[in-house]
Amino acid sequence: MRIRTSHIGLAAYLIFLILPLYWMINLSLQPNHEILGSFSLYPERYTFQNYITLVTDASWYGSYLNSITYVLLNMAISLTVALPAAYAFSRFSFLGDKHLFFWLLTNRMAPPAVFLLPFFQLYQNIGLYDTHLAVALAHALFNVPLAIWILEGFMRGIPKEIDETAYIDGYSFSRFFVTIFIPLIRGGIGVTAFFVFVFSWVELLLARTLTATNARPFSVTMTQTISATGIDWGLLAAAGVVTMIPGAVVIWFVRNNLARGLSLGRV
Amino acid sequence: MEKIQNQKAWFLVLPALAVLFIFSAVIPLMTVVNYSVQDIFGQDYANAFFVGTEWFRDTIRDPELQAAFGRQLAFSVITLLIQIPLGVAIALAMPTRGIMVSVALVLVSLPLLIPWNVVGTGWLLFTRPDIGLLGVALNELGLDYNIQRNPVDAWLTVLVMDVWHWTSLTVLLAYAGLRAIPGAYYQAARVDGASRWAIFRYVELPRMRGVLLIAILLRFMDSFKLYAEPFVLTGGGPGTTTTFLSQYLATIGVGQFDLGRAAAFSLVYFLFILALSWLFYTVITRMDRE
Amino acid sequence: MARIEFDDVAHSYSGRPQSEADYALKPIAHTWDDGGAYALLGPSGCGKTTLLNITSGLVTPSQGRVLFDGEDVTAMPPEKRNIAQVFQFPVLYDTMTVEENLAFPLRNRGAPKAHVRKRVRAVAEMLELEGMLGRKAANLGAEEKQKISMGRGLVRDDVAAILFDEPLTVIDPHMKWVLRRKLRQIHAEFGHTLIYVTHDQTEALTFADKVVVMDDGRLVQTGTPQELFENPAHTFVGYFIGSPGMNFLPCRIEGEAARVTPEVAIPLPETLARRAARLSGALELGIRPSRMEVAPTADEGHCTATAETVEDLGSYALCLVTIGSRRVRVRVPEGRRVQPGERLGLRFPQEWVRLYCDNELVE
Repeated sequence: MRIRTSHIGLAAYLIFLILPLYWMINLSLQPNHEILGSFSLYPERYTFQNYITLVTDASWYGSYLNSITYVLLNMAISLTVALPAAYAFSRFSFLGDKHLFFWLLTNRMAPPAVFLLPFFQLYQNIGLYDTHLAVALAHALFNVPLAIWILEGFMRGIPKEIDETAYIDGYSFSRFFVTIFIPLIRGGIGVTAFFVFVFSWVELLLARTLTATNARPFSVTMTQTISATGIDWGLLAAAGVVTMIPGAVVIWFVRNNLARGLSLGRV
Repeated sequence: MEKIQNQKAWFLVLPALAVLFIFSAVIPLMTVVNYSVQDIFGQDYANAFFVGTEWFRDTIRDPELQAAFGRQLAFSVITLLIQIPLGVAIALAMPTRGIMVSVALVLVSLPLLIPWNVVGTGWLLFTRPDIGLLGVALNELGLDYNIQRNPVDAWLTVLVMDVWHWTSLTVLLAYAGLRAIPGAYYQAARVDGASRWAIFRYVELPRMRGVLLIAILLRFMDSFKLYAEPFVLTGGGPGTTTTFLSQYLATIGVGQFDLGRAAAFSLVYFLFILALSWLFYTVITRMDRE
Repeated sequence: MARIEFDDVAHSYSGRPQSEADYALKPIAHTWDDGGAYALLGPSGCGKTTLLNITSGLVTPSQGRVLFDGEDVTAMPPEKRNIAQVFQFPVLYDTMTVEENLAFPLRNRGAPKAHVRKRVRAVAEMLELEGMLGRKAANLGAEEKQKISMGRGLVRDDVAAILFDEPLTVIDPHMKWVLRRKLRQIHAEFGHTLIYVTHDQTEALTFADKVVVMDDGRLVQTGTPQELFENPAHTFVGYFIGSPGMNFLPCRIEGEAARVTPEVAIPLPETLARRAARLSGALELGIRPSRMEVAPTADEGHCTATAETVEDLGSYALCLVTIGSRRVRVRVPEGRRVQPGERLGLRFPQEWVRLYCDNELVE
C-alpha cells in the first residue's frame, strides 16, 4: 500500500491518543520513589507493586466493586424502563409523545451540577444517601433518556409488520415483546447497554456527591491518594489504568455500532 | 413509518417516567425552583423567606459568573472549531477495509471510555513538569511550561485535553456518515473528473451534514457540562482561569452551601441548555422526517 | 470518440485467484466500435458491470490491456479517460442546482464558461429539463434525478463513450420507454458510442444496434437483435433471449435426421447433419417456439405431440406440449384453438432447426 499524507496524519493522531495512556501505564509500573527520582521513557525496573496494592487494599478494591455495583444496578434500571418506553415511542403516537421525547432529551443534556444539591437533599431525606442505589438512580437522569433514544433508533428499523403478524398469530403483547421483539433487537440492546455502562462508569460529580464511605466510587478514592507524604503517583497511575479495563474489554463487540450509540441512535 | 394512534402507549412509558420524575429530574428540579426564590440561612429551611427574583438578579450580575460564562463560551467555541474539522479529517483518513478498520475504531474510541476524572489524572501525569512526558519534554526544549503556575499553559492544556478526550466522537460519527455514502457517488464523481477537494465538498460534506450537525450540537452542549477533567487537572486554576460553569456552580452550591444563589444559577444554566436542546431536537426531528 | 478494444482482459476481485471460478470476468477479447449503440445483456452477476467499469476505468483489470484507438489506457483512471457513465441509481450532487449538476463534469475539466452554458442548455433541452435548471437537485423526483444523471453523461461532447449501468431501474415502465427512445434519438443525432447494460432483453433489443450477451463472466455472443434471435451461438443465448426461450431437445444423429425420442426423428439439412455426425459432444436440437408450425391435423408434420397447457396471450397462444418424454413450447397462431389434452401434428421447418454440441452452435 502506498503511504499517503492521510496515513501519516492518522498515525500522528493515534500516537497523540495513545501517548498519555502509555505514560500512565509507564508510571503505573514504577515505584513512586523511582518516578520522582529519575525520568525514564519506559519502566527500567518494572514492578507490579502498585497493582498489588489495588487488589489487596480494601479501600481500593472495595470502591472498585462499589463502582461496578452501582453501574450494573443503573444498567438494569435503565434498560428495564427504557425498553417498553422506546417501543412506545417507535410504534405509537399518543398524547404528548413529542413533548415527552423532547423532555427526555433535556435530561440527557442537563448538567449534573444543576442537580447536585437537590439530589443530595432528596437522597438524604429518603435514606438512600451513601448507597449504591442512590447513584444508580441519579445516573438514570441521563442514562434512561440515552437508552430510550438509542433503542428507539434501533426499533424504528424493525418493520412493524412483524408486530402485526405476531398479534394476528395470537401472541399477547408481553409474550411478543419478550420472545420475538427483544431477540430481534438484541444487537441494539447490546449497544445500549454498553453506552449506559460507559456513561455511568465515567461520571464523577454525582457519584461523589451522593456517597460518603459505604458506596464510595473508585474515582473518588483516586482523588484521595494525596496523603501527608504527598501523592503516590505510581499508585494513582495504576488506579487510572484499571478504570480503563471495563470499557476496553467490551468495546470490541460494539465497535461497529459506536457511532449509533454516541449519536443517540440517530446515525 | 406511520405510527398508530394509541393512548395506551402511555403505560409503556410510565415506568421510565416514574423513575425520572421521582428520583432524577422533576422533583429535584422543583426543589431547585423552590430554593431559587427563597433566602435560607445555613441549613435552616424552616425560617427561609421568599425573596422573589432577587437571586436571579444577583446571579446575572455576578461578575465571577459572567467571567465563568465567558470562559465557558470561549472554550466551547474554540474546542468545537478544532474538534469538528480535525474529527472530519481523521475520519477521512481512517482505513475502510480489513482488520485495520476495527483496530483503528477501537483505538480512537479509547478516550471516550475512560472515567472523566481519570482523563484529568492521565493528563496531570502527562503534563507535570517533574514526572510528565509532555511537561518534561517541553521544559527540556526550553519552554517554561507549568500548568500550576501559568494560566496560558493551563488553558491550552485543558483545551488540548478536551480535544484528546472528545475528538473521537466526531471521528466516529463522521466515519459512520462516510461509510453510508454509496460507492456509486464516488464512482460518478471520478467519472465526472472531480478533484479530491470537489469530492469532499460536493459529495462527502453534504452527505455528512446530518451526522456533523449531531456532532456539533452534542459536543457544544456536553462541553457546557465540562467538570471533572479540569477539576482534576487544574482545580480550576491558576486563580479561576480554568473554572468553567459547572465547577463554579459546584463551588457555590456544595462548597459554600449558598442554596439560593446556586439554585438561581442552576435554573439559568438549565434554561440555556434547554434552549440548546430545543435546537438539537428541532434539527433531529427534521432529519428524521427526511 | 474512439474505438475501444479489450485485449485478453480478465478480472478477479479476489487478490489471488485460484481457479477460473474466482474470475468475475474471464479472459475476453472484444471491440466496441466507434459510434455503435451497444447493449450489454445478461443475468445479474454475470460480470456486466465489471466489464463496464473496466471500460470506464473504475476497475483496473487483473490482466490484459484496454486500448482506446490503439492507445493503452489500462492503468489510466476514469477522470483521464474521457468516458461518461450513468449509474443504476441516480447520483446527484445534492447541494447543487440542476444546472450546476449538469455543468459539473465540464467545469471540473476547466471548460470555458460560454461552452459550458451552451452544452448545459443543449442537454437540458434534449432531456426536457429546461424548466428546472435553477432548482435544487435534491428535491426532484426519481425520474428527473435520473435524467440529470444521464444529462451529466451527455454534456461532454468529446467523450469516447457513454456507459449506462441499468439506468432505468428506478423509472416507471412508461417513462422507461420514453427515455430509451430519447437515448436512441440522441444517439442518431450525435453519434456517441453508447454502451447500455441491462438484464432486460426487451430493453436491450429495442435499444441497441448490437447486443453483447454475457453469462458467467464470458461474452457468449455479439450480434444484432435478429442474429441473436435467429442464430443463438450458445444455448444460453437461445434460452435467455426470446420469451419464452428456445426449445432444446437432446438428440443423436441418424443419417440425415436428429432422433429426439425413440419414435421421433427430425429431418435436418444435409450439410448440418453431416457436420454434426462428426462431432463427439452432447448434441441438442434447438428451435424457437414461434418457428415451429402446427399442422392442420394430428397425423401430419414430423411428430405428434400432446398439448398439456395452453396460455392465451391475446394475438397468439402459447402451448406446452409433450413429445414422448420431452416437453417443448409451441406458439399457436390466432384462429387455431387448442384444448389441453389435444393431439397436435408439429412441423420443424428445416431452416429454423439449429444443432448445438456441448452448448455451442453447430454451423
